[in-house]
Amino acid sequence: MKKLASGHPAPRRPTRPVFLNLLHIKMPVGAITSILHRVTGVLLAVGVPLGMVLLWRSLASEAGFAQVTALLHHGAFRALVVAIVWALAHHLLAGVRHMLMDINVGSTLHTARRTAWGVNGAAAAVALLALWGLT
Amino acid sequence: MTTESTKPLSPPKRAARTAGTPRARPTGLPAWLVQRASALYLLVFLVSALVLLAMHPLHAYADWKTWVARPAVTLAMALFFIALLSHMWVGLRDVLLDYARPAGLQRLLLWMVAMGLCAGGVGMGWLLVLQHV
Repeated sequence: MKKLASGHPAPRRPTRPVFLNLLHIKMPVGAITSILHRVTGVLLAVGVPLGMVLLWRSLASEAGFAQVTALLHHGAFRALVVAIVWALAHHLLAGVRHMLMDINVGSTLHTARRTAWGVNGAAAAVALLALWGLT
Repeated sequence: MTTESTKPLSPPKRAARTAGTPRARPTGLPAWLVQRASALYLLVFLVSALVLLAMHPLHAYADWKTWVARPAVTLAMALFFIALLSHMWVGLRDVLLDYARPAGLQRLLLWMVAMGLCAGGVGMGWLLVLQHV
């Protein structure tokens, strides 16, 4: 192997394309917050049509309102509600963090790491509260 | 800094930039602004709605109907759906532009999302109008 003057092996040129094993990459906490922001956004987008249908039914008739209320009290549906509450909490908090960074609040690396932990933790806490409150 | 190779950068040609791409507007700065402005409204609306409904829970259909039909609530909800659907468009468009391949599938999905969001907007607009007729 070719050696540099320092004695270290010379870096080899990677053969392209490079396949990254995502499971072997250690993610900084900010990356997790950022990816979850996107994942929760998609989750919420999937939930929106359901919310629209429920809103429509609840306003359509007395029977529809009773149906929606009953559904909201149903055990299996409440699990879904907890998931949506977590997604909303994470998306909202990560979004606020992002917008604060836009105006240069908390954008130094140290603070950004701490707020990333804060967002991940707070969203999980909100989900636990929802789980506790709804069961 | 050497000056020998400083050929001035020509701005990207407008035709080349938009040729063959779906009309996935808004892009760039407008998209950024729409995303932020709608996010702020969604935040204010959700927090206010949560606080209001926590203070005055609505258990009866008639109360719920009357509350939604109040002009301020209807207006706030109309703005909410405009903000929600614009926010969803920017976000879902970003996701599709990043991950959906090949280009044909990406275009199809962009159109489907756009149509779906428009349908949602029309449906919710109609629902709010129905509360006043």
